[in-house]
This record gives sequence, C-alpha cells and structure tokens, in this order.
Amino acid sequence: MGALDPQAVPRLPRGVRLSHDQARDRWLLLAPERIFEPNEVALAVLRLVDGERSLQAICEELGRSYNADPALIMADVVELLGGLVQKRLIET
Amino acid sequence: MNQILRPIGLLAELTHRCPLQCPYCSNPVDLDRKSGELDTETWKRVFGEAAELGVLQIHLSGGEPTARPDLAELVAHCREVNLYTNLITSGVLLDQPALERLYDAGLDHIQLSIQDIDEANADRIGGYRGGHAKKLDLARRVVTLGLPLTVNWVVHRQNIHNLARMIDLAVEMGAKRVEIAHTQYYGWAFKNRRALMPTYRQTLDAIALVEEARKRLEGVIVIDSVVPDYYARFPKACVGGWGRRAINITPQGRVLPCHAAETIPGLVFDNVRDKPLADIWLNSQAFNAFRGTDWMPDLCRSCDRREVDWGGCRCQAMAIAGSASATDPACSLSPFNATLRAMAEEDSAAEPDQFRYRRFGG
Repeated sequence: MGALDPQAVPRLPRGVRLSHDQARDRWLLLAPERIFEPNEVALAVLRLVDGERSLQAICEELGRSYNADPALIMADVVELLGGLVQKRLIET
Repeated sequence: MNQILRPIGLLAELTHRCPLQCPYCSNPVDLDRKSGELDTETWKRVFGEAAELGVLQIHLSGGEPTARPDLAELVAHCREVNLYTNLITSGVLLDQPALERLYDAGLDHIQLSIQDIDEANADRIGGYRGGHAKKLDLARRVVTLGLPLTVNWVVHRQNIHNLARMIDLAVEMGAKRVEIAHTQYYGWAFKNRRALMPTYRQTLDAIALVEEARKRLEGVIVIDSVVPDYYARFPKACVGGWGRRAINITPQGRVLPCHAAETIPGLVFDNVRDKPLADIWLNSQAFNAFRGTDWMPDLCRSCDRREVDWGGCRCQAMAIAGSASATDPACSLSPFNATLRAMAEEDSAAEPDQFRYRRFGG
C-alpha cells in the first residue's frame, strides 16, 4: 500500500461517519464496531474530506485557515489519512 | 459509587425468532415468544431515548432481526435521531428488495454470521439446510450494493481447523472486517460445551494464526477477535464493565446490563414499557448491582487490573463459582480457575456430544 497521491480524492466510505456526539459535545468518527475521537487537527482535516476535494485541495484550504504553507501541511495530512486508509476508515 | 458514565452501545434483540438453531446462540435458553414482542412505536421511542442518553451505536440483533417486517422503518428512525446502525444477521431471510430497503433507510453496516467454510458442516451447525449458500449469496449482494460487510465466525472444536480459510474467505468476499469469535460458554453454549470446547493446543494455535493474519492483512481487512477465556490468564472486561458502556434490551423490553444477565438470580430488570431508558440506566437495581468496583471481592478490589477487566464476567462467576459477585473463574487468580480449566480440558477431550440445538422450549 503506497503513500497517498496529492491528487487522490479521499472520502469516508459508507459505514464511516463523522458525527457530533450531542450528549458529550464532541465529534466522533463512527465505524463498524468502532468509535474514534479525532484530535483537533484530525478533525479539521476530516471535515474537509467530502469526496470532492483532493488531498492537495484539502491542504490548500487548511493553509488558508491556519495561515500555513500547504506544502508543510501535506506530510502531516498524508500521514493522518494514510493511517486511516490502513484502518479502512478512508477510501480514495 | 463510582461516577456513572453514559452508555455507548445498545444491543436490541428485536425478536428471538430465528430460522437457524446454532447450538452456541447467545440468546437465553428461555426464549421470548413473538406475542410479547415490543411494537414498532415502542422501539422507536426507546431508540430516541437511547440517543438522548448518549448511545452512539445500535446493534439490531435477535434472534434474526430481519424476521421483523418493520426493520427498515426502525433503521430509518435510528438514522433520524443520529444513531449508527449495525445489523447483526444470519442473512438467510434477506432477499434483494428487503436489502435495498435497508440500504435506502440508511443502514450503516451489516455483520453476517457464517458457521463454517464447509457447506455441509455449516448447514449442520446452524441446523438449517441451504443456509450456507444463502449467506454467500447475501455477502455478494451486500458488497455489490456498497454496504460495509463484517463476516462473523463463531469458532469451536467443530470448525476451528478451518480458521485460516475462514479469514481467506472473508477477504475474497470483499468484507472490510472479520470477527473471529471464540464461543463464549453461557446459555446454549454452556449446554453444548462437550460438542464445542476446543483443546488448549487448538486454542493457542488459533490465537497465533489470528495474530499472524492481522499483521499480514493490515490495510486489507480488519481482524477482531473475541478471546477464548477458558484458557486465558486474565478475564475479559465483559461488556466493557457492568453498567459502563452497554445496554441490552430483550424482545419483550427487559433492559439488561448484558445479554446473559438473566442467569443471575436476585437481579431486578426494569422494562422499557414502564420507565424511561435513562431512569433504568441510572437507577435500576440490576445495573447498579455490579457497577464500578465497590461490589468486588477483595481479590479484585485490591488488584491493579480492577479497572482494566472490571472483575470479568458476572454470569461466568455465577455459573462456575456459584456467586455472581465472585472473581470471574477465568482469572488465573480465582480459586475456581482450576475447576474451570479442568472442565474445559475434560470437555475438549471427550467424544463430542450431539448438538442440543437452540429451539423454543429448550
């Protein structure tokens, strides 16, 4: 399984949902028999995973929001989403 | 009293009716009849209350949940109140229109149980001729439709030799997740111990095989395994700790801390027909009986693992040690651990019994 390409378009597959847990006021990634609580950075990335934006576009968006260089962000985003691909929580 | 957490998962036993008769069924030996089942509106109300209470995932189970004609309506309702829905099914009743109705209703995930890779043996274990072929057909249709599929294999001495091929088959089917569930010996499975209990050697080999496969198949399939606690050193944190994370509701509406809790005498179970779910979660005698660590015997309360395994399984303590507030005999520190091990070794060495199939009327 190679590294994610900047042009790849990540999406949450059916059965994986980013969901607001109202009773505890936090965001969660719900998956088959599993629940993950993304940290603040992961949440910012996951909210841009919409099945339309490419990895490149996600990094540019984050760069604008956080006033940072998209090229520097890319490595972190690739690592984060790559890990989720391994866990079958993200598909491209 | 420790702080009461909000529950995360709710297992809804929508019915105890099932076309299969698996001898390790997790349902109680005394099954609920159709005439007393909760109606659609009551289940919807309960799911709404569950969502407010903090439940995140609903496990629609049975018996066979697809025997309920209102299943798609219940799924749609769960979706409306932002609950994640997991269907736990034998798969033999789901024709294509019924499957598509569930898909359209927003079902998130299907967990399909298969009894073995060998068709004749699978149909014999499930007590349902033609079941295996129907399951394979459903798995294909689920993956084609784009629903995530988990294959669940309940493992015991009559299929454990096929474990490697079970994992392979799940990969070939396109499942994203596979569960290797070593039989848990309560209820029906406890009656069928002599037919089901693997040897110590077989169990160790199975654990090693799963570990190897998990590494080899990372990124291809997620492998989860339910441990065979008769041969373990420490007990499992049964239901994540009593009254901490999980709720089980029977077809007639009794609210249980775990699906086997009715085997423990002296517990009082409230019914969703009578009280709101939050009230039951917080205040029912059954949920508070073994919550936290105050109820524990000294052996558990003084142990570093008291908030790791929460004393293990209360039902197993009842069944083997004769007291639900004893240390789980699966713990190597329990005075009953030797008894448990000796039972397992004797059962696994004996000539396998005929199955006592799961049926109404025991």
